[in-house]
Amino acid sequence: MRVVIERLSKTYQDRSGQSVEALQSIDLSVEEEEFLAIVGPSGCGKSTLLNIIAGLLTPSEGDVFFDGLRDGSHPPTAMVFQEFALFPWRTVLGNIEFGLEERGVAAGERHERAMRLVELVGLAGFEEKYPHQLSGGMRQRVGIARALAVDPAVLLMDEPFSALDAQTRQLLQIELLAIWERTRKTILYVTHNIQEAVFMADRVAVLSRRPGRLIAVVPVELKRPRSETMLGDARFLQTVDLIWGLIKADAEKALVSPEGG
Amino acid sequence: MTEQRVPVEDRTRFLERKEFKTARVLSLIGLVFLWELLARIGWVPRLFLPAPSAVVGEAVEMVASGELFRYLGSSLLRLALGFAIGALAGIVVGMAVGFSSLAEAVVMPVIAATFPIPKIALLPLLILWLGIGEPPKVAVIALGVFFPMAINSFTGVRNADPLLARAAVSFGAGRWSVIRKVMLPSALPMIFAGLKLGAGTALLLLVAAEMIGAESGIGFLILHAQNIMETTKLMVGIVVLSLLGVFSHWFLTWLERVAVPWKHT
Repeated sequence: MRVVIERLSKTYQDRSGQSVEALQSIDLSVEEEEFLAIVGPSGCGKSTLLNIIAGLLTPSEGDVFFDGLRDGSHPPTAMVFQEFALFPWRTVLGNIEFGLEERGVAAGERHERAMRLVELVGLAGFEEKYPHQLSGGMRQRVGIARALAVDPAVLLMDEPFSALDAQTRQLLQIELLAIWERTRKTILYVTHNIQEAVFMADRVAVLSRRPGRLIAVVPVELKRPRSETMLGDARFLQTVDLIWGLIKADAEKALVSPEGG
Repeated sequence: MTEQRVPVEDRTRFLERKEFKTARVLSLIGLVFLWELLARIGWVPRLFLPAPSAVVGEAVEMVASGELFRYLGSSLLRLALGFAIGALAGIVVGMAVGFSSLAEAVVMPVIAATFPIPKIALLPLLILWLGIGEPPKVAVIALGVFFPMAINSFTGVRNADPLLARAAVSFGAGRWSVIRKVMLPSALPMIFAGLKLGAGTALLLLVAAEMIGAESGIGFLILHAQNIMETTKLMVGIVVLSLLGVFSHWFLTWLERVAVPWKHT
């Protein structure tokens, strides 16, 4: 499914009553089956953008459309959260089934679909564990399975691997790419990690620091399927450099700004 | 030059907590033993402090004659009714107030104003309103349980992770789903803490109410035994009350393990 973002702006009121412009007039469309990454320095409003698309936040101006969506009864999106946001009182299986429950899928089918996803994300044998019994990497696999379970038209991922250690992150990146090759979801992937964005995405949307404006959309000229050997590829490095050049000045400003992230 | 090697020692050793299991058991046994001894050698008149063995003997007799169960029965009924009504009302009100800001604005000032009233002080008023039978006793227990339950449920809902509520909404959950599947389980640990707190309060109010105006119950047994100078019976009443406190705490702890399995696995 194609996502169209039109002249989207978001202005917050901060605690002292001053208005802070988080997003300024974003125009962007995400194509069918595309893997689009959104990068930017801290405070560029990339999570705000994702939350608006997910229907968890009201934009100040502008709209988000899902092309070809007639029936508005179910959200066409599913979200994977940075802090996992798993329900601690539900087992792995219970967490994965949550979205299906809310859609009124019958218990038998729920279980069947959840079990298939447990296999897909490599959690077989852990179905009855609670989140606190799992490692960070396994928890986020549950998060991904929970999102895929509702078969969303668009998968929204908000820095899904940034709470994980570097090795786990790299392994999960490869796994996510493999899952994407198989399911061909449209993915919007927010990250502050340029390497990660370039390695995974078809295109990288670059946002500026407050107010978040779209600076550029950089296409990634790397073949699919991606593999770790491409991390040394000249085109990979050039693209990373190009994007770093675009946001370096902003990132430096963020470093000395009192409001930080 | 001779080189001296000094291995590094763990300097935090004195901070370690040890268990001393036997000391725990011995202290209890020792206390009972000392008490028995004091009573036997007659340092303290039996009228003031009957021996533990005498208390146990009296308890066995009262069980055999069924006398104890008459007292216990009416106490348990009041306790169960009052506790159930107070706890249920407290959970419902606390959760509603925690979830809806309008309910908070309306109810919270009322709770803040009435919470400090010692509930036993309301018993005469309740008797005036509800008559002298069971209703005022049940009502005073319910009131005593209601406040800790309402405040704990409210706090539990308030401390629920807003991210989880948003995650639920992102997967299509509506208001009732969020209350049932996010707020309620989030609040459960606090609710159980409230239940344990409320159980203690309930016991206290039960005894007080039964001493003020009752013809039955453990509180009445204690007061009545004192009037007729039967100190052993009085002691049986106290022991039964403390057992009631211990068992209710055990029961609630067990129930919590069953209802909140994600905290204990």
